[in-house]
Amino acid sequence: MPTSVLTPVEYIGRWSINSVRSLGKAGYLTTGALRALRNVEIWGPRLVSQMVSVGVASVPIALFIAVFTGIVLALQASYTLTGAVPMYLVGAMVGKSMILELGPVLTGLALAGRVGASTAAEVGTMRVTEQIDALETLAYDPLAYLVVPRVLAGVFMFPVVIVLASAIGILTGWSASLTLLDMSSAEFVRGLRLFFQPWDVGFAVIKSLSFGLIVTSVGSFYGFHAKGGAGGVGVATTRAVVVSSMLILVLDAFWAVVLL
Amino acid sequence: MSIVLRDVYRAFGTNQVLRGLDLEVQDGETLSVIGFSGAGKSVVLKHMVGLIRPDSGDVVVDGKNVNELDVEELNALRRDVGYVFQFAALFDSMSIAENVAMGLRRVPGTYEEEIVSRVRECLALVELEGIEDQYPSELSGGMVKRAGLARAIATRPKYLLYDEPTTGLDPVTVTVIDRLIVRMKEELGVTGIVVTHDIESAYRISDRIAMLHDGRIRICGTVDEIRGSDDPLLRSFLEGRPELAKRAS
Repeated sequence: MPTSVLTPVEYIGRWSINSVRSLGKAGYLTTGALRALRNVEIWGPRLVSQMVSVGVASVPIALFIAVFTGIVLALQASYTLTGAVPMYLVGAMVGKSMILELGPVLTGLALAGRVGASTAAEVGTMRVTEQIDALETLAYDPLAYLVVPRVLAGVFMFPVVIVLASAIGILTGWSASLTLLDMSSAEFVRGLRLFFQPWDVGFAVIKSLSFGLIVTSVGSFYGFHAKGGAGGVGVATTRAVVVSSMLILVLDAFWAVVLL
Repeated sequence: MSIVLRDVYRAFGTNQVLRGLDLEVQDGETLSVIGFSGAGKSVVLKHMVGLIRPDSGDVVVDGKNVNELDVEELNALRRDVGYVFQFAALFDSMSIAENVAMGLRRVPGTYEEEIVSRVRECLALVELEGIEDQYPSELSGGMVKRAGLARAIATRPKYLLYDEPTTGLDPVTVTVIDRLIVRMKEELGVTGIVVTHDIESAYRISDRIAMLHDGRIRICGTVDEIRGSDDPLLRSFLEGRPELAKRAS
């Protein structure tokens, strides 16, 4: 048998060792980033530009997704409910689905692609071109300079973008109900208000915070440990998007179990 | 002794790069470290500024053991050590002026006017006046290297570490960089450690030359001593004759 072909036992062994090693690196990065929080003079001036990059620049893609999701939700709710229950429940379905699930998760996944990829690519490029080493030689803590402002921007801005996207999704669902479903505004709003609870927004914000934390942390982690030139940056970027997308879905289930 | 590496061992996975390396650099001298590709020259340089920690052994810079410094002490030491990276490692999202100013912004009590004037002064020293607002991608290879040098000297360091400062440059630009390295020593009085493959350049800029091989310093001496050495491995390197290296090993 060729030596390059790993036996299943070897494969599992290597996978286990690599997993433990990655966990160790993640723990090291996390504690380092927490310690770096005290270096406000390094990350403070970079926070606003990162908030713009992570949040404001993500608004167009988030709204694009929300507009179509709102329309489709209204149409599918109508298709499902017609003849079975009162049509005003379309408003309830659009509102609940957008706030609790589709707004946070779809926007979170889109931002995992946009923000996670750009974070991993930027930090990874800096790693393989020795710019991170250069930061250290210039007496900057690279975690304070690169990771902390990105993660804080994610934590602050993901909820803003997601709440905005959810609101736009509801508005377009409302518009679609009026124009395509022959519903009245009063009917839609009645359904929307019937099942609305303020806690729903709190639930969405908590989910969004955790998504922002995960997407920016995972992107930073893979970027920070990128190696091997352009190919390495590509691998880091792909892994960042895949892993943060998976973790968003895991967190989505986790918060549903814990908070609902 | 301004920089001392004592019995330094460092491995990367199963690759044992440094095997009990001893090296001493005197105050005010320029020492070139030469050696075959993959010998670990850049690794030696990175130990001197704490970018890489040894598995064992001591790295003493300016009387301070780098391994024993906490973050604040290491940052203070790094203000005294300028590092010129092989590909300059300029921050590509910043202008040249912002790049050069980066180190100055970490020096407590430095005002913006001082930073602006010091940036101009450093760029003038490396003959790059008027490019403050340009970005690294807009510069030639030689200009990028000089901008990297300007950034390294901005905090008026006592030590300058050069990682392959002339690799990939045309002969004229190599001479320009060599003259700058000599000027840094003569005008600013810095102690320089230069990692290079370029033996002609090493002859021009060095007070002493050390050859790194097999994780240790194989030979170290003045330029004349190195020129006159009959060590077969050194001769193989100097003359580009692989058969001598085979005989030596």
